[in-house]
Amino acid sequence: MGFLEIRNTTKSYGPVEILHDIDISVEEGEFLVLVGPSGCGKSTLLNMIAGLEDITSGEISIKGRVMNGVHPSKRNIAMVFQSYALYPNMTVGQNITFGLEMHGTPRAEREKALAEVARLLQIDHLLDRKPGQLSGGQRQRVAMGRALVRDPDVFLFDEPLSNLDAKLRVDMRTEIKKLHQKLKTTIVYVTHDQIEAMTLSTRIAVMYQGYVQQLGTPKEIYDTPANVFVATFMGSPAMNIIPAHVVMREGVPHAKITDADGNEVLLRFSQPNLAEWDGREILLGIRPEAMTDPEGADRQSANIQTLTNRVSVTEPAGSDTFVTMVLGGKEVVARMRADALVRPGQRFDFAANMEKAIAFDPKTEKRIAP
Amino acid sequence: MSAIRHETAVSTGRTARVFLYLVLVLFALFYLLPLYVMGVNSVKPLPEITGGNMMALPRAWTLEPWRAAWSSAQIGVQPTGLKPYFLNSILMVVPAVAISTIVGALNGYILTKWRFRGADWVFGLMLFSCFIPFQIVLIPMALILGKLGLAGSIPGLVLVHVVYGIGFTTLYFRNYYAAFPTELVRAAMIDGAGFFRIFWRILLPVSGPIAVVSVIWQFTNIWNDFLFGASFGGTSQPMTVALNNLVQSSTGVKEYNVHFAAAILAALPTLAVYVVAGRYFVRGLMAGSVKG
Ligand SMILES: Nc1ncnc2c1ncn2[C@@H]1O[C@H](COP(=O)(O)OP(=O)(O)OP(=O)(O)O)[C@@H](O)[C@H]1O
Ligand SMILES: [Mg+2]
Repeated sequence: MGFLEIRNTTKSYGPVEILHDIDISVEEGEFLVLVGPSGCGKSTLLNMIAGLEDITSGEISIKGRVMNGVHPSKRNIAMVFQSYALYPNMTVGQNITFGLEMHGTPRAEREKALAEVARLLQIDHLLDRKPGQLSGGQRQRVAMGRALVRDPDVFLFDEPLSNLDAKLRVDMRTEIKKLHQKLKTTIVYVTHDQIEAMTLSTRIAVMYQGYVQQLGTPKEIYDTPANVFVATFMGSPAMNIIPAHVVMREGVPHAKITDADGNEVLLRFSQPNLAEWDGREILLGIRPEAMTDPEGADRQSANIQTLTNRVSVTEPAGSDTFVTMVLGGKEVVARMRADALVRPGQRFDFAANMEKAIAFDPKTEKRIAP
Repeated sequence: MSAIRHETAVSTGRTARVFLYLVLVLFALFYLLPLYVMGVNSVKPLPEITGGNMMALPRAWTLEPWRAAWSSAQIGVQPTGLKPYFLNSILMVVPAVAISTIVGALNGYILTKWRFRGADWVFGLMLFSCFIPFQIVLIPMALILGKLGLAGSIPGLVLVHVVYGIGFTTLYFRNYYAAFPTELVRAAMIDGAGFFRIFWRILLPVSGPIAVVSVIWQFTNIWNDFLFGASFGGTSQPMTVALNNLVQSSTGVKEYNVHFAAAILAALPTLAVYVVAGRYFVRGLMAGSVKG
């Protein structure tokens, strides 16, 4: 049994069910990220773990203790809010130790815990300031300090970085990761930023419309997405989804696609189980980095297929050049080396890494291969 | 091009502003005129008023009318001056303002941060109470005060004013706390603070502006109230009722100078409250009105 267990949990507001049958088990020391678009129910689920929202049905337990109906302050959790929620009338020091004070910790112990946390987060010099006199990044640290000082079983973060500017967000991300590696506390972290999810987590739960679409390690989520939603939500630019037909050539399944000029292209699959789909339509998923110029192709791959197609747009982005083309009637993005020689309107030989290709059922949108 | 426009904009602005200030000064003088008349005539001997010009400055200055108004003027049958009634008013207004403000703050806190089914209904009904005219409740109120044994006493008046005031104070605090981030309350909950501690440690410290609004509003209304005081005051009538009795008395000579002094005395406390807290008043009103 996991350290934090969410079993068959649902949440309804009146007649509307907004979380359906959530089942997640988190081991001690894990960093679980709940990721999904706005309104999918991430915050609601987190608040249910915290005890700020009732559980409509099902069960949530921490360390084997069922938490349904237990007051937030008795769950030994700590939470960092999106707005940081620092008490405006208290100093940084008072903010951090407020929870200890409420739990009746003696002053001397509080001072000691405060000093430790302040040193860890490098906010020693800010302890006498009010939150209004801090920058965004400093407030963020104080909010983390308030959570850390309690030494909780589980940390809950609700989009803690979304109020920071891009540069600071990346820095704080690294810092949270370092902190987790140092303290090894169990963390549940909500974000809608898929890069944060990939970089921070040990496991990711991708949520959409109140369902957990897929639960897995970042690599599993990225390489073998359970369905088209997960495939396109995780990764930037998004995975290309191309309508294709499966045809057999010499006993091996191929994807048959029409290119920008209406010609038929055949790409050999590496996934033998697609033989069952002979003659039927599928959705071919291929990530931009698996569509490159021939020189940029992955040398480890055993199945690089050449695909000649007309280039519609090129977008140099410094480190890479993104090339757009039309394939199977859809816009498809390929990621080239920065100095690949490619011009709009030209017919170009792309290298498609079919080892990384994924096939989806066009009706259910679920992954069928690999 | 733009420079020329800028200049014309400034110069038209200047004439407009001169005109504006002129109008404002005129209005201010107009409003100050009664105060001037009261002030001037309260320090004149009576013959100067009855025989001469109301607007003129006193020829012989005297503080006698003030002393009389305070401690020796005939009010009803007793020559007590306003002093005992002033005390009555203080004894009534201080607890009434304090209680209605505290209850309003708690109501606002509950209606925004501890919402329950029908919270909006409760709030709607409280708002509705702000629109009930005093006269309608006189008889039911008299009945209730009688049943409670509070008729004709200061605690009775305090109760009446608290009941009448909580509609307003709840409105102020509810709107103010609606703009207060709920995440802070949640954070405090996780930190282990309970209902009253969250109120006391998190919300109250930032409630200054709206508390000032509530206090000023309640203080002025309760201090200046005449109807409830006259109806339920009994033997412990407030200042306003005494002032009325003094001015309306039909026996003897009308001592206008004493009347003027008494009227100023009656208005002084509200004036003092405005001077001390007035600048927070507008600030608090604005803060409370941002979100509803
Ligand atoms: N009190 C409520 N009453 C009714 N519906 C609610 C309530 N609170 C949230 N919801 C609904 O529940 C759904 C999930 O909300 P939630 O706040 O968990 O989304 P989220 O995934 O955190 O989104 P975001 O990324 O925008 O924060 C939304 O569709 C929202 O409209
Ligand atoms: Mg959210």
